[in-house]
Amino acid sequence: MATGTDTRVHLVREHALELLTQMILIRRFEEKCAELYSAEKIRGFLHLYIGEEANAVGVMQALGPDDAIVATYREHGHALARGLPPGEIMAEMYGKASGSSRGRGGSMHIFDARHRFYGGNAIVGGGLPLAVGLALADKMQSNNRVTCCFFGEGAAAEGEFHESLNLAALWNLPVLFICENNGYAMGTALERSESNPDISRHAEAYSIASEDVDGMNVVDVESAARRAVAAIRAGGGPRFLENKTYRFRAHSMFDAELYRDKAEVEKWKKIGPVVRFTDWLVESGMIHQADIDSIEQDVEQIIDDAVSFAEQAPWEPVEDLTRDVMTPTTHDGALS
Amino acid sequence: MTATRTLTYREAIREALREAMQRDERVFLMGEDVGRYGGAYACSKGLIEEFGEARIRDTPLSESGFTGAGIGAALGGMRPIVEIMTVNFSLLALDQIVNTAATLRHMSGGQFSVPVVIRMATGAGRQLAAQHSHSLECWFAHVPGLRVVAPATVADARGMLWTALQDPDPVIMFEHATLYNDEGEVASEGEVACDLDKAAIRRAGKDVSLITYSGSLKKTLDAAQRLSAEGVDCEVIDLRSLRPLDDATIMSSVNKTTRAVIVDEGWRSGSLAGEISARIQEQAFYSLDAPVERVCSVEVPIPYPSHLEMAATPHAEGIMAAVRKTLRK
Repeated sequence: MATGTDTRVHLVREHALELLTQMILIRRFEEKCAELYSAEKIRGFLHLYIGEEANAVGVMQALGPDDAIVATYREHGHALARGLPPGEIMAEMYGKASGSSRGRGGSMHIFDARHRFYGGNAIVGGGLPLAVGLALADKMQSNNRVTCCFFGEGAAAEGEFHESLNLAALWNLPVLFICENNGYAMGTALERSESNPDISRHAEAYSIASEDVDGMNVVDVESAARRAVAAIRAGGGPRFLENKTYRFRAHSMFDAELYRDKAEVEKWKKIGPVVRFTDWLVESGMIHQADIDSIEQDVEQIIDDAVSFAEQAPWEPVEDLTRDVMTPTTHDGALS
Repeated sequence: MTATRTLTYREAIREALREAMQRDERVFLMGEDVGRYGGAYACSKGLIEEFGEARIRDTPLSESGFTGAGIGAALGGMRPIVEIMTVNFSLLALDQIVNTAATLRHMSGGQFSVPVVIRMATGAGRQLAAQHSHSLECWFAHVPGLRVVAPATVADARGMLWTALQDPDPVIMFEHATLYNDEGEVASEGEVACDLDKAAIRRAGKDVSLITYSGSLKKTLDAAQRLSAEGVDCEVIDLRSLRPLDDATIMSSVNKTTRAVIVDEGWRSGSLAGEISARIQEQAFYSLDAPVERVCSVEVPIPYPSHLEMAATPHAEGIMAAVRKTLRK
């Protein structure tokens, strides 16, 4: 993982293959999740990241292992791009004890202390104050770390969005706000929910430097994230990126998609992050079909392994139901 | 013999804040008007001069934002004390308290504890009407993942904060707004620490158990004193911890007295008094010689005029009447 001190994207073959591999891993992982949902291995809500892969993959390139991530309920892609073990993510969706969160969270609540991955937050806008606090702790302890907070454009209508941007700017905190604007808050189009649908302008209202980014282009995302992270590390306070992106699948597995045209989805698919990057790399001669085949093969193996891990993982015993409600060393927590 | 000093409840809170800041550099105080103004109830008066504005941190009027920031800072290795002006305002931060602070440990499979202390004023008695006077402690006491305490005495106000800061989980601390000017005895420096676990018997008695907490303790002790003139010997229990509840102390008292009256400034419906009453009937039913009585707030938004406010909230006469009822007097 890059340290984020270099603001340029070095698109050498090796890095290009890495970006492509990560995006394909997320794409195939999510396709497998949809399949496993139909097979009733995964239950509850399942929000797929298909179409938005360039955002998590691009942004993570700019972050180091000491930086923190706060994500949303559509966070499988972020978890994978951050380097969480795919088997643990899959086991979490199965609800197994070997899952990232011991199975207690499921698809929407993937956490990993080793990767400073703070969820998996399923209250829209709820992760932003958390990110502000993590950054405040870093500032007060003189840690040169960045907290990167992902959220959707729907969060911009929440009070917590405005409170958090104000606090981060007021206190000059090292937060990278990433708005993944996929156009729809569940089924409500941005134009139908915001008086000013230009989200990055909201950031400017709090004196936070912001940038509009093509969230379907992984190189653009990485490049913008590197610039933003460098500015934050230099003590410049928070930065805001509005990544214009699109989800190709339904909001969740319960969504009948009555609110958008199929033609619109097809239009966006043509500029999808995987197809566009692949075509560009092939046309430029940087990679070849054999490379893509090899990536697909490797990814298939990773996902097969993840599924086997999840299948074989143990269920947590019901006797442990109330564990981890409170920290056990001081008191048992559960109201008897 | 332990030396004691006399402090007001407010001074006790301030001394506890100062001590915490001195003992642990990870501790900081954050909230509306805690710094330059000195705190809405003057608890942090003078502390910004002593510790600077980074650690006595004035916030915008963003209850959800700064409470969530306190939770995030706790995750990031700090020991934040978040002050919310009143429990009514804490409703703007309920999302962060209930959906984040209380859930994170469990939802992350035990990976992340949230060592934040959230203090707030609560309760009626100052003619502040229906948006500054409510007692919603039971809303928080309902939630697994939180610990809820209510110091009713100056000694507890002095001693509970440091213990709360040692707790790896979120602690909600309620300070009844009518207590701040009260004076009480506090142990000398270094001997002030107290537990957060046990209810305290503030007055021993054999006839009726009066179970209460926070701002109602004074009224309950007053009622007990006046009843003693009638020959009724009341035991008064100060819950101190509202979650978890100290069932053992409650049941031991009720088993002895065989009668219980619960005094709770919350509204009767869905109240802590209801919860305690249910537990008594689950755990001490066969000891009871009378139905459990409850003295709660009348189910009305707290009104402004003093006489109506007093009529709406528990008072000594009402407590005495409830006690007499359990004795069929």
